[in-house]
Amino acid sequence: MPDTEKQPIVRLEDLEPGFRHEIAAEPGGEMIRFCFQCGTCTASCPVRAVEDRFNPRRIIRMALLGMRQEVLTSSFLWLCSSCYACQERCPQGVKITGIMGAIRNIAVRNRLVPAMFSGQVASLKTHGRVYEVGELENEKRAKLGLPQITEMPEEVRRIIDMTGAEQLANGGQAAPAAPPSAGEADRARGGA
Amino acid sequence: MGKYAYFAGCTMPVRNLNYDISMRKVAGALGIELVDIPEFGCCGYPLGSLDYHTMLLLSARNLCIAEEKGVEVVTGCTGCAGTLSKVNKALREHPEKRRKVNEELSKLGHEFRGRTRVRHFARMLYDDVGPDRIRAAVRRPLTGINIAAHYGCHYLKPTEAFENPESAERPYTLDRLIEATGATAMDYGAKLLCCGGDVLGIDEMTALKMAREKFRKLSDSGADAMTLICPFCAVMYDAGQKTIEVKLQEKFNLPVLYYPQLLGLALGIDDKSLGLQLNRTRVKDLVEKIKKL
Repeated sequence: MPDTEKQPIVRLEDLEPGFRHEIAAEPGGEMIRFCFQCGTCTASCPVRAVEDRFNPRRIIRMALLGMRQEVLTSSFLWLCSSCYACQERCPQGVKITGIMGAIRNIAVRNRLVPAMFSGQVASLKTHGRVYEVGELENEKRAKLGLPQITEMPEEVRRIIDMTGAEQLANGGQAAPAAPPSAGEADRARGGA
Repeated sequence: MGKYAYFAGCTMPVRNLNYDISMRKVAGALGIELVDIPEFGCCGYPLGSLDYHTMLLLSARNLCIAEEKGVEVVTGCTGCAGTLSKVNKALREHPEKRRKVNEELSKLGHEFRGRTRVRHFARMLYDDVGPDRIRAAVRRPLTGINIAAHYGCHYLKPTEAFENPESAERPYTLDRLIEATGATAMDYGAKLLCCGGDVLGIDEMTALKMAREKFRKLSDSGADAMTLICPFCAVMYDAGQKTIEVKLQEKFNLPVLYYPQLLGLALGIDDKSLGLQLNRTRVKDLVEKIKKL
């Protein structure tokens, strides 16, 4: 059962009915208005199966009602695992995984961005990949007889500079003075 | 056999050297040529949630490089395969999107023309080599070994990303590839479950609980091993099994192998050359059992 203490009361005057149009204007968000709340998404969701906070039907309903702030600042928004189980099964052809991406992009532009992106973007700019392939990694590769990898990050860096992804990742701030080490980027990505 | 641009991605060259080496060995044994392209970078997937447009450009850039070299792309990562396929298809089908992307990529001297194809290594094996030819190449059939296939979400979904998608509800290509080694591909209820890898950076416990679901469904099923085809699924199921043991206090002892490692054993390739010593789950007993077949 959801924790009723934490359920916001829906106040008509606080709603932002334009939120659905904002989402529909994002790549991936186009189909949101076709949702008829059947709940196939939630029933299919492997995150939902282990974590009550995450409920795709509820997120879409909140978005359609215009509960913009609640959705953008929620902790559940970033729990979607992008497995596409819901999207494949939706009888209305709603691209639910796409909608999650669209809402996340809006959150990011409103400076609501998870900390892990800062390290990822810094690593991409420096190495062209999420993880560094330096001397240590190449030594390990050589021991197995794997070919060496030479990093060529130049074009990746230029793309990130073109789109402003670094500012987005840092919540609108300029880049930190020193990029995090690959180890830090790795931990941010989750080092099981 | 064919020649393909080998898209290594971010995770595999650093964290899954056993997958990398076994794919190359198996390709070599089957006469498939994998060409390393140093210019390839991140596929774009990690930034999709941050900024769709950045993801699109990073992805399209790799596609342009493959086009310029005149080769099709093959990758062992389901995330890379899914993202590159999705972007390739979207840019082919939407001239307006393509125009915008090309306007920016022209600054880097690239132009997307939609002339390459992207497939996962396993799909290429299924399409271009085929189970029959693999079966004919097997020197040590894995008779009596029960294998649970884990496809990985982005190998199958979204189906709209792929030129010839297979059923996301009833996939079969990896099962047929497993059977080609002589092993038994198990039918099991949790085949389609997500590994949780995408949530790992946000909420580790949720991710680990997701991975645990599949192990729970597989315990007492008679599976000798799980076989997978994605570096990040391996982070969750191979390396993650120990983490689950420590943090969720549940032990499963299920060996996890990459499909090319399994196939390599069946082809008679020496287990050291398949990087099996780098698997984090205990695969030694299984390898010994297979060697005695």
